[in-house]
Amino acid sequence: MDAPQSKSRDLDKLLLRSGNLVGPGFFPGTDLRDDIREYVRVLVVGAGGLGCELLKDLALSGFRNLDVIDMDRIEVTNLNRQFLFRLEDVGKPKAEVAAKRVMERVSGVEIKPHFSRIEDKELDFYNDFNIIALGLDSIEARRYINGVACGFLEYDEDDNPRSETIKPMVDGGTEGFKGHARVIVPGVTPCFECTIWLFPPQAIKRAELFGIPGVTYSLTQGVVKNIIPAIASTNAIISAACALETLKIVSGCSKTLANYLTYNGGEGLHTKVTEFERDKECLVCGPGILIELDTSITLQKFIDMLEEHPKLLLSNASVKHGKDSLYMQAPPVLEEMHRPNLSKPLYDLMGRVEKDTVHVFGTALKNEEKQSSLTKLRVVFKEVDGVADMDTAILRVNSKRKTPL
Amino acid sequence: MERDEQEPTMSEPTKTKYDRQLRIWGEVGQAALENASICLLNCGPTGSEALKNLVLGGIGSITVVDGSKVEIGDLGNNFMVDKKSVGESKAKTVCAFLQELNDAVRAHFVEENPDSLILTDPSFFSQFTLVIATQLVEDSMVKLDRICREANVMLVFARSYGLTGLVRISVKEHTIIDSKPDHFLDDLRLNNPWPELKRFVETIDLKTPDPIAHKHIPYVVILVKMADEWAKTHSSHLPSTREEKREFKDLVKSKMVSMDEDNYKEAVEATFKVFAPRGISKEIQEIIDDRYAEVGSNSSAFWVMVAALKEFISNEGDGEAPLEGSMPDMTSSTEHYINLQKIYHTKAEDDCLSMEQRVKDILAKVGRDPSSISKQTIKSFCKNARKLKVCRYRMIEDEFSNPSVTELQKCLASQDYSSAIGFYILLRAVDRFAATYNKSPGQFDGGDIEEDASRLRTIAPSVINEMGCDGYELPEELCNEMCRFGAAELHVVAAFIGGIASQEVIKLITKQFVPMLGTFVFNGIDHNSQSLTL
Repeated sequence: MDAPQSKSRDLDKLLLRSGNLVGPGFFPGTDLRDDIREYVRVLVVGAGGLGCELLKDLALSGFRNLDVIDMDRIEVTNLNRQFLFRLEDVGKPKAEVAAKRVMERVSGVEIKPHFSRIEDKELDFYNDFNIIALGLDSIEARRYINGVACGFLEYDEDDNPRSETIKPMVDGGTEGFKGHARVIVPGVTPCFECTIWLFPPQAIKRAELFGIPGVTYSLTQGVVKNIIPAIASTNAIISAACALETLKIVSGCSKTLANYLTYNGGEGLHTKVTEFERDKECLVCGPGILIELDTSITLQKFIDMLEEHPKLLLSNASVKHGKDSLYMQAPPVLEEMHRPNLSKPLYDLMGRVEKDTVHVFGTALKNEEKQSSLTKLRVVFKEVDGVADMDTAILRVNSKRKTPL
Repeated sequence: MERDEQEPTMSEPTKTKYDRQLRIWGEVGQAALENASICLLNCGPTGSEALKNLVLGGIGSITVVDGSKVEIGDLGNNFMVDKKSVGESKAKTVCAFLQELNDAVRAHFVEENPDSLILTDPSFFSQFTLVIATQLVEDSMVKLDRICREANVMLVFARSYGLTGLVRISVKEHTIIDSKPDHFLDDLRLNNPWPELKRFVETIDLKTPDPIAHKHIPYVVILVKMADEWAKTHSSHLPSTREEKREFKDLVKSKMVSMDEDNYKEAVEATFKVFAPRGISKEIQEIIDDRYAEVGSNSSAFWVMVAALKEFISNEGDGEAPLEGSMPDMTSSTEHYINLQKIYHTKAEDDCLSMEQRVKDILAKVGRDPSSISKQTIKSFCKNARKLKVCRYRMIEDEFSNPSVTELQKCLASQDYSSAIGFYILLRAVDRFAATYNKSPGQFDGGDIEEDASRLRTIAPSVINEMGCDGYELPEELCNEMCRFGAAELHVVAAFIGGIASQEVIKLITKQFVPMLGTFVFNGIDHNSQSLTL
């Protein structure tokens, strides 16, 4: 006699049975299925054409703890593809309506909406998720999230990524009958920044890579939104690919996409997988710029050094160590609050640890153009009896192991 | 003034709602969608997702055919059912949820098993524009294909199976005027100017001493002159080798008098337009040589116009198709630009008039109303005459019983563990398996699939054998993987496959863009999906 049916009748075939063509570390069984339900948290960024699909797809792929973030409100022109919205929803926040609709339909799933700009969330907010699914339509927003996710990545002494700090992302994008889906495993596969050359230079607007709350920069302010032709089918196809890869990354139930899928459905039907290479010197996902400092160096001195560092040329820098802001350029009230730190040794401010990562935000000179930039530095403190000249204590860059200047 | 019959008027709110897709297929395409009626067979997630995309886009009507009831298992893979609907008709439930998405769509359901409907009521299908048949086994596919061909109803098969699946169009013939290619060379005739263009070009002197005039000569003029100069010294040949092309470029560059001449920079960049061969492409040659271009009283408007095109090319076209008539932006004095525009436009109009006359004559010759093909249609045909497409699809039955053995052998020779041909054969093998054992391999709860796997491993070679290839074996790991799938219809795979099916439906109905050829075989393991034309 047939056993009573389970809601995961179909998914169980993949999650409970062992397979031949699976990912490393695949342990099929009810534990795997239950862990995905109970413990895995996925963030969906964007509740538009891709985001609506992603929420539905993930909710029907065994995930129960989802968050969705989107700062937009529903418009009439969304209705031809953003299937979670109805005419009477026009004007309401997308994230809230999308979350509600999926929860109504799929019992057991919890979706927490965030009607907010992505840059208004604390960095910690993003660290709570096991994986981030991107359904965005702007390069700037992708760069921002990519920067945040890669910011969590830590490297060991041999410049190998520490696996527990890897925050994978899946990213989708569409235009008309075309689209792409990609998997970003920071430190393992190329991040968004490693392959920024995929975009024509004119498409890459000034990236406002700010993570400091209170800073007035925003990703969308003043940026005129391009109208991109969009249809339901392409969004469905690309989102489905992204959600499938999310399930595979989390469970190991099959091989994963390596690492970029392009889709073109206008002239016939063409799909192509390209394995892009990491940029080992990528400022965002690479091991970062290693900076050796004397323990006595002050925060002010450190900030001055950033301006002269040939790889950084970073002026007006704000400095963040983990959760703590060490110094902020703006707004004035916070600047004043952090000002006393400037005269203190960075070593003390960082809790007198031998080495750690700091994030620096500021204006960088890139290609003779001033750009906002968020960069990761690996600071290592030298023995107190170090002899290097403080002004040029910028030593090793990436894996090149240069000798002191 | 005569009303533009091909440009339907649409209300403003509807325009706004569909704005993002109108930018792709226009109001003409939208009208075609709104006049279409679609039948869906089986409303599992694959079918439901396919229809969802079409309902959102404003398809005219849908009819959902499914005889099953909503089960608990369906809650885990189909967004168009919910807890409350367990035990209810699946067709009714899915239909109601789809209707919620767009009240402009007429939604119907038929509570009947598609397999038995195919057997008992073949005439049922003739009322539709197109049938989307999901999750059908081989036997039903073959039967339905015959019915739809007979009734001239378009058919799209879609199937999701574990991490694989397929989409296959079955239409006798699909002809496209507006194929909207991504990149297409504009129609400037730089190396083959007609007399009016030639005359105009001759009125302009590249050696003008006035520097302002020199930098405002449009690149079209520069290149027509240069091409002519080249042809004169190269016995009418165009630059073809890399060496010659560089030489030609240098020749254009040498006419620059100062570095800031944008028109010359544009000319240098556009030299490739001179290198394009004169006359029509191989694809268009094939179309005018097609046996359907010998028209009769039953020929479609498309083929009547192709017959006219054939005559045009060998007469007033002088080897070329009707001129498209549009001109890109370029650095130029306003006067030159407007004059040029007029010359291109007039030629296009003249060509279109000749085509119109030829169409009328052909229609009269085969005993049909000479004005039965509208001016607007002929105009659109002329504008797109270099981009025409004809897609033909084998009957499923023929492909199954008599596949292209050379193609098959080529595919089978690949040792890739997850090649499309492996999935293709295994999708057929699981149907054989199901016909024998009353369930698909691995279609049960629990993990021990070895018995089914070894059965499948013996069925697969027999499928290959029947297709006319001996001595091939599929990788064991792939057979086992197929058993592991146990006929699961995963939501994400269904959304992918259903998404593609809906996209192809849109292309077929709007008669814009180019539908896929062959069978698209989805590879959800590493995404190396492929289309097979067997």
